[in-house]
Amino acid sequence: MKKVLNIKNMIWALFIVVIYVVITFLIHIKIINAYYQITLLLICINIILAVSLNLIIGVAGQFSLGHAGFMCIGAYASALITKSIANLGGLILGVLVGMMISAIVALIVALPTLRLKGDYLAIATLGFAEIIRIIVLNLQITNRAAGIANIPKLINWNIIYLGVIIAVIMVTNFKRSASGRACISIKEDEIASEAMGINTTKYKTRAFVIGAILASLAGSFYANTFYVIKPETFGFAKSIDILVIVVFGGMGSITGSIIAAIALGIINTLLQGFSTIRMIVYAITIVAIMVFRPKGLLGSKELTIDKFRSIFKRGADHESA
Amino acid sequence: MSLLKVVDLYRNFGGLAALSGVNVDIDQGELIGLIGPNGAGKTTLFNVITGIYEPSSGSVELLVNDNMVDISHKKTDAINRLGIARTFQNIRLFKDMSVIDNVKVAMNSKIKYGLLHTFLRTDKYYQIEDDVDVKAKRLLSVVNLNDKACDLAKNLPYGDQRKLEIARALASSPSLLFLDEPAAGMNPQETAELTSLIKKIKNDLNLTIVLIEHDMSLVMNLCERIYVLDYGRCIANGFPDQIKKDKRVIKAYLGKEN
Repeated sequence: MKKVLNIKNMIWALFIVVIYVVITFLIHIKIINAYYQITLLLICINIILAVSLNLIIGVAGQFSLGHAGFMCIGAYASALITKSIANLGGLILGVLVGMMISAIVALIVALPTLRLKGDYLAIATLGFAEIIRIIVLNLQITNRAAGIANIPKLINWNIIYLGVIIAVIMVTNFKRSASGRACISIKEDEIASEAMGINTTKYKTRAFVIGAILASLAGSFYANTFYVIKPETFGFAKSIDILVIVVFGGMGSITGSIIAAIALGIINTLLQGFSTIRMIVYAITIVAIMVFRPKGLLGSKELTIDKFRSIFKRGADHESA
Repeated sequence: MSLLKVVDLYRNFGGLAALSGVNVDIDQGELIGLIGPNGAGKTTLFNVITGIYEPSSGSVELLVNDNMVDISHKKTDAINRLGIARTFQNIRLFKDMSVIDNVKVAMNSKIKYGLLHTFLRTDKYYQIEDDVDVKAKRLLSVVNLNDKACDLAKNLPYGDQRKLEIARALASSPSLLFLDEPAAGMNPQETAELTSLIKKIKNDLNLTIVLIEHDMSLVMNLCERIYVLDYGRCIANGFPDQIKKDKRVIKAYLGKEN
């Protein structure tokens, strides 16, 4: 395990620890109070959702509008399990069961639909998410339209931060591997990709299933953060919300999705005081970003240590000159 | 020993017979030219052999590990893994990927580390990735693109994009390479460079090459044997000198003599 401990990874690790310490400290001295903590947790959930959807849409180029469906599976799985086992073990079991079901469902959905392209795939996945919602709405075990209430709140900052780190590392490492290159090549030119020996169905399915598993994780976190879940929470609008974050941050840019989730979370919170014009300002912000940066905040680029280094170096050169 | 055997191949698009009864037999180590007027079915033949289109009837057999394997109904990616690589007439690079990543994509089917190694970045991951990096750079140096490895493919000049397509095709370590109009849009000097490049890769890598080309000087210079297609039929095949004199070929290109 020597090679993984290279300088760049160590800098990222340090960065992760620093963020953790700073936010934990801010929570401790109550600058981030109970109200802001909810926002913090929601931002973290949105990061997981956005990063996983970005894997499907931005990296593999498969336009899916069914992300809320997988989130729904995770949420109900862990809600039902933690209601009978209200401890950390129950949460882990719930998360794992949700992931398993999501993975199986994603496989079943992927095989027929990933042959479709663009708009057709979007509509097929949208339909699938609606099917999940309708099933949940009509099953006895999920308590129909009333949803599930009094879910134990097992999620705190520590657990959710760990979840975010795992999700981001999984997606980043996937993107920067042979599988990731294959997925990006499918997005770029599917025919050329096939002609170079890429089994496109296999890699599309891989990206789709991994994305679904992480969406399910986010759903589980959501259920155990907000006490109550209802079928309509996971409707079409939720999928669009996640899509907005991905587009805002830039298709294919993992760091972009993270920044976008944080930025939109903060904007939303700042606008809570002006509830009448909140949605207007929110919408205008998004329109403005799309006008001035049509490819999203970061486009398809990533923030990397090399980039910081070159910016820093340019700044230093500038000063000395 | 024959490497590729196309027997009685038909491909119809609705009422149009793009290929009607094409027979091609290519030996190992040959450099074959495929010529014909526009719309003769040259690219369609490539597309059927590489599995982008299914043949309407007929068979395509490829020599794989000393056995002839029927590839006529296999998928494109499977055919590539059996040893056929190609370039495209209208360049189809992965435009927003770096030059070196374009090459690495084609090496994918030889990369063997699972998802666990991907997520955990084990030593195996780094070892194989380093290895892939070295091999990709070696291929780029063959086509003189080494110093542009980190540029985006779409930012390369036209001639370099054609070369990168060749490097990418080579990266899948094929036994048979199809080049679809590699010299299209090139000036005479670039064409000369390309000619020597094709000779070089053929000898160094022990390849069999089939190329479609309209530049007759390149075809006559380079190719050992030539097939001529017209209206989906193979009207002639033979050595360049025979083809130059063949009446049917002259008629197909210039029309009937009065």
